[in-house]
Amino acid sequence: MLEISNLRSRYGRIEVLKGISLDVQTGEVVALIGSNGAGKTTLLHALSGVQPISDGQVTFLGERIDGLPAHRRVARGILQSPEGRQIFGPLTVEDNLRLGAYLRRDKDIAEDRDRIFGMFPILAEKRNQIAGGLSGGQQQMLAIGRALMGKPKLLLLDEPSLGLSPLLVDQILAAIVSLRALGMTVLLVEQNAMAALEIADRGYVIETGHIVHAGPASQLLSDPKVKAAYLGLE
Amino acid sequence: MPEFFQFLVSGLTIGAVYALVALGFTLVYNASDVVNFAQGEFVMLGGMVTVFVHAAGVPLPLAALVAVIVSVVLGLSLYWLAIAPARGASAVSLIIITIGASILLRGAAQIVFDKQFHKLPAFSGDTPVQMLGAAVQPQSFWVIGGTAVMVLLLYVFLERTLLGKAVLATSANRFAARLVGINTTTIMALAFGGSAAIGGVAGILITPITLTSYDVGTLLALKGFAAAMLGGMGNPLGAVAGGLLLGLLEAFGAGYISSTYKDAFAFIVILAVLFAAPQGLFGRRTIERV
Repeated sequence: MLEISNLRSRYGRIEVLKGISLDVQTGEVVALIGSNGAGKTTLLHALSGVQPISDGQVTFLGERIDGLPAHRRVARGILQSPEGRQIFGPLTVEDNLRLGAYLRRDKDIAEDRDRIFGMFPILAEKRNQIAGGLSGGQQQMLAIGRALMGKPKLLLLDEPSLGLSPLLVDQILAAIVSLRALGMTVLLVEQNAMAALEIADRGYVIETGHIVHAGPASQLLSDPKVKAAYLGLE
Repeated sequence: MPEFFQFLVSGLTIGAVYALVALGFTLVYNASDVVNFAQGEFVMLGGMVTVFVHAAGVPLPLAALVAVIVSVVLGLSLYWLAIAPARGASAVSLIIITIGASILLRGAAQIVFDKQFHKLPAFSGDTPVQMLGAAVQPQSFWVIGGTAVMVLLLYVFLERTLLGKAVLATSANRFAARLVGINTTTIMALAFGGSAAIGGVAGILITPITLTSYDVGTLLALKGFAAAMLGGMGNPLGAVAGGLLLGLLEAFGAGYISSTYKDAFAFIVILAVLFAAPQGLFGRRTIERV
């Protein structure tokens, strides 16, 4: 579904992505793990078209997309729930979800919204409240819900568990598992490598802009080097 | 008491115009973070184009429509030709660009039109209406009513339409707006066009009372900016409240203290606001939990 080859991106003079190649197949959950500053978020930004790339190709459903502006990529089905939620604080929960479906013109928008309310009942309860007043966990649910409202073919999740209590982390992870059961394709970026690999089919390990390990999630979970560096296990 | 009411009406009338200019500032600022100091020139254009098109024999409503269209076209040109190519420049650079644009528009108006003062006929006659002992010009009702209609239209657009919500979303979080598929470039162009239209309408409404010439924009931009600051930059309701308040301050200040310093009141206010409450009376308080 998604093929990235030799992708490079820089902030000014500093090259953050130094030739990334990876692929995501339809229906897969792929985890991208690595430490702070490795380039995970930059990669997702480059995929969404909000970070310029200096070299390389991105192919989505057989077509080059690396030259497209952000809104065109959303129209093709690449939706992102960004790091740090980035919800529309002054707008209501309901408006945030409606804006997630900004480019959609079909009649199922209300139905999809109700499905998200079913997935995260707390959002239904607070639908008319200002999104900026939600707790961190609720904002995270809203950010994921907003991305789902865009009818993603590929869902990019950036640090969905960051800063959440263990209980909420489980709830978010369970939501991702249920999305996978529905056939959603997910590229998941996480610092919580253990949790990410446990729910993923495959994983990539990124270090200072390079992919250093790749393989089935179960294999990465038992890889001694990955264990030592990212899972905190000896 | 009659003079109090007289001052009140004239304050609300001029305040309504400041409110419209401040709304223009707010709309552009929210969508793009640019403080558009060319905002006053659209008020000038609204008045001047109507005067000249009307003088050429076109009926007043049609001339007014032409003036609004000209304002919008120039507002969009300002965005596409001067602001969009400088995307990513610092706020100061963008402000200087808008100041440059305002000088250009003023200079062009001087050549295309002339340097005289011009008047438009009042929309419904010049016979003052007696109210509570004050003589109110009928045009005042047009200005205040027209402003109310513009504010209402803007409110309905922002709160009730998806495109309006996209404008609000862009002002709340431009990055996230791009991630949900909002073309933020279009939204910014829309804000420039919309604020030019608002300015143009303000110019058409007020010209029968205050006259117009090629250089009325500068002072109006400063007053509108002061009003926007007073209300809290970025808050549409604050802009309206700030505009009306500034108009009232001017009218009462000129009436009860000294008309010599009429224009100074606006700037005393802006200084006081900047010193005492930089976020304005209704400044945006961002609530964001981490």
